[in-house]
Amino acid sequence: MALKHVNAVIVGSGAGGGIVAKELAEAGFSVVLLERGKWFTPFDDRKDDLRNQRTCVLGNSFGPDSRSPRVYVDGSGHEQVVDPRHWAYSNNAACVGGGTLSYGAMAWRFMEDDFRLRSKYGAVPGSTLDDWPITYSDLEPYYEKAEWEIGVSGDDSGNIFRAPRRKPLPMPPLPPNRDFQILEPAAKRLGLHPFHIPMLRNSVPYNGRGACMRCRWCVGHACEVDAKCGTQNTAIPRAIQTGNCELRTECIAKEILTNALGRATAVAYFDSDGRLQEQSCDLVVASCSAVESPRLLLNSKSRMFPNGLGNRYDWVGRNLQGHAYTGAAGLFEEETYDDLGPGASIAICDFNHNNPGFVAGGLLANEFLRSPYQVVTGISGEGIPRWGAAHKDFMRRYFRRNMTVMGPMQEMPVFDSRVQVDPKVKDAWGIPVARISGRHHQNDLLGTNFMTEKAVSWLKEAGAIQTIPFKWTFLGIPSGGQHQAGTCRMGNDPKTSVVDKYCRVHDMENVYVIDGSVHPNNGGFNPVLTIMAVAYHASENLVKTWKGIYGRG
Amino acid sequence: MPPSSHLNRRAFLQAALAAAAAAGSNVACSRNRSPWRFFSLDEARALAAVADQIIPPDQDPGASWAGVVNYIDRQLIGPYENLQDTYRRGLAGIDESSRQLYGKLFADLASEKQEDLLHRFEDGKVPGSTWNQLSPKSFFALLVDHTMQGFYGDPRHGGNRDRIGWKMLNLPYPPVRGRIRPDQFKPRSG
Repeated sequence: MALKHVNAVIVGSGAGGGIVAKELAEAGFSVVLLERGKWFTPFDDRKDDLRNQRTCVLGNSFGPDSRSPRVYVDGSGHEQVVDPRHWAYSNNAACVGGGTLSYGAMAWRFMEDDFRLRSKYGAVPGSTLDDWPITYSDLEPYYEKAEWEIGVSGDDSGNIFRAPRRKPLPMPPLPPNRDFQILEPAAKRLGLHPFHIPMLRNSVPYNGRGACMRCRWCVGHACEVDAKCGTQNTAIPRAIQTGNCELRTECIAKEILTNALGRATAVAYFDSDGRLQEQSCDLVVASCSAVESPRLLLNSKSRMFPNGLGNRYDWVGRNLQGHAYTGAAGLFEEETYDDLGPGASIAICDFNHNNPGFVAGGLLANEFLRSPYQVVTGISGEGIPRWGAAHKDFMRRYFRRNMTVMGPMQEMPVFDSRVQVDPKVKDAWGIPVARISGRHHQNDLLGTNFMTEKAVSWLKEAGAIQTIPFKWTFLGIPSGGQHQAGTCRMGNDPKTSVVDKYCRVHDMENVYVIDGSVHPNNGGFNPVLTIMAVAYHASENLVKTWKGIYGRG
Repeated sequence: MPPSSHLNRRAFLQAALAAAAAAGSNVACSRNRSPWRFFSLDEARALAAVADQIIPPDQDPGASWAGVVNYIDRQLIGPYENLQDTYRRGLAGIDESSRQLYGKLFADLASEKQEDLLHRFEDGKVPGSTWNQLSPKSFFALLVDHTMQGFYGDPRHGGNRDRIGWKMLNLPYPPVRGRIRPDQFKPRSG
C-alpha cells in the first residue's frame, strides 16, 4: 500500500532536523520525520563508563551499531572498514535528538569574524576558506530563538569578545564548581576574560522540565532528570503536538528519488522491519550530519543527476571539518575534584581571533567531569606512569587533583578532506557506506601549538605543579569527529558551494540540506547552537517562500 | 583477601567437569577443562600474572583480584571478539619469550623478573617467533588498556570487583546521585 503523500520528508532528527520539523509542522506542513535510531527515554541511559557516546570502547549506548560501518582512509592511503566504536568512525549518536540527547551541551554563538574569515584573513593557500553568504547579524535573531526555545543557561557578560546580543540568556549559570573557583582568578591575573559557559542545560526549572542535579554522568550520557535540552525533549515533541508531524524511528534512508524534471518526488527508505518504502513528498530536507547528508545526496543517483544530487561541480562531501581539539592537563597539590557535574564551567574567548602567525583560533574551557578510566586515557604522556606500582600511586594521588583545559581550534577547510560513497562496502541494508579521507591543513597545527601553550600557562597560573600538554598528531589524517561540518557548503556561487544561503541545494527546487554540513567553516566553538540557528533561519525562509503543492509527476 | 565467589565458581566448575569426565562422558576433553569462556587455564594464568604487574596489589588489591581476567574473558566473546586471535597468540607468545629468557612460564617467574620482562615488551625487545607477526609493543599496550578498563570500568562488565577501582580513589558509590531506579542487568552466561 502506498504511503500517504506529505508536504515534507525530513531525514534525521538531530539538532537541525528536529527544529525544521517543528517549524514546518507549526506552519501547517504535513511532515514525516525519519530517524534511523530509536527514541530513548532518560531511563535508557545505563550510566556506563565504558559504553556511552563519549567512551565507546565496548560500544555506544545510542548507536549506530556495527550494521553501519564506514571506510576510513588515512593520510598514507591505507584504508580500513571501521565500526562505530572505532575513533576514526566520526560517530554521532543515531537516535531521536541525534547528538543533542547525550552531548555536553555547550551553546556557543559564533563570533562576527567567524562568518567572514576570508575577508578578515585573506585567502589561505591550500584551503578553500570563504566567507559565509550570511552574516552574524542575519543569524542573531535565530540564535536568540534557539537560546529561548530550546533553553540555555550561563552568563557570557564577562566575555568582552562576544558578538552583540539583544537579549540575555534565559537561565542563570549553575553555581561555580571547584575548577571555576581556581581557574577564574588565575585567568584574571593573566589579563584574560573568563566567564560562565553557556549551556543547553536547565540550571533552574524551564520549559516544563527540572533543573540539573549536577551528577557526574553528563557528556556522553542522556540526562536522567531530563535537564539537558536537546531537540528530543523540546522541538520534536512540539512538532508532534501540532498533529502535522509523524516521527518514524528505525528508518534507514536509502535515496532521494527524482523525476524527469529534476524535482525530488519521494524518499526511499527501509522501515523498522527492513521493508523498502517510498514516502512521496513535495520537498526533502537532509539533516543527517556532515557525513551522512552528503552520503545520502551522493547515493541519490539518476539519469539527470549521475553524480548525485547537488553535485554538478563536485562539491558534495568536500571540505569535511571537525575541530582540532587541543589543550593540556595540570596536576595540583590541592584537591580539585568536587564531583559536581557537568564539570565544564569556565571558558575564555581571548584566543579565537587575531593570534600571531596563524588564521583564527578557538575557545579554551575546562573539561567535563571524568571517570577514572577517562583520566587514565586522558592524562598520559611523558612523566605519567602508564602501569605498575607507580601508576597506582599516581591515580591515588592525582585522580582528585587534576584539571584539564582544552578547546576546539577552528580547522581550515581543505578541498580534499572529504566524504564519498565507497564503491564496494555496503551497510546491512545494502546501501553504499561513507568513505572518509583527506588531511588536515598546516594551519591547524600552528593554531593548536599556540592554544596548547595558552592552556599550559593558564593551568600554571592556577597552581599546577606539573602540566601535560596534548600532543596533537592528526595532521596527516582526515578530519571529522562529533563536530563534523562543511560537506555541503553554503554559498552564493553554485560552482563553489552546494546550497544557497537558505540551505536549498543550488540546482534543485525542493531539496534542502539543514545541518552542520552547510557551515563554510566551523568556528572555534562547539557548533550545535549555530546548527540550530541556521535551521530556524532556513525553515523560516522555506515557509515564507513556499508556493504550495506542485503538480506531482 | 576474602575468598572470592569467582574462585568458588571456578572450583565448582572444575569439580563438575572432573565428575563428568569420571562418569565416562566424552564431552569434557582436556582442552575444554577451562572454566573460562574463552581462555584456557594457562592463558588465564599468564594474563592474571601480567595484569598484576600492570596494577599490582599493595595496600589496595591488584588487577587479578579485581577480576580483570574475567572482564577480558567476557569481552572476548562480546565486543572484543575480533581480538580473540591476538590474545591467543599474544599470551602464548609471552610464555614463549619467558621460556626462552628464563626457562619458565611467565606466571612462574619471580615478580621482579616479570616486571623486567614487561619493560622489554614495552620497548618492543623480546625474543620469540610469535613476535615476528605480532608487535610486542602494541600487544602490551592492548593489555595495559584492557587491564585499566577491567580495573576502573563499571563492575557490570565483570571487572572492578566490589567497585575496588573506585573505592581506591575515594569515589563514592552509588555513583549516581538521586538515582530513582537501581541499575539492573542480567549476568551473561557463557
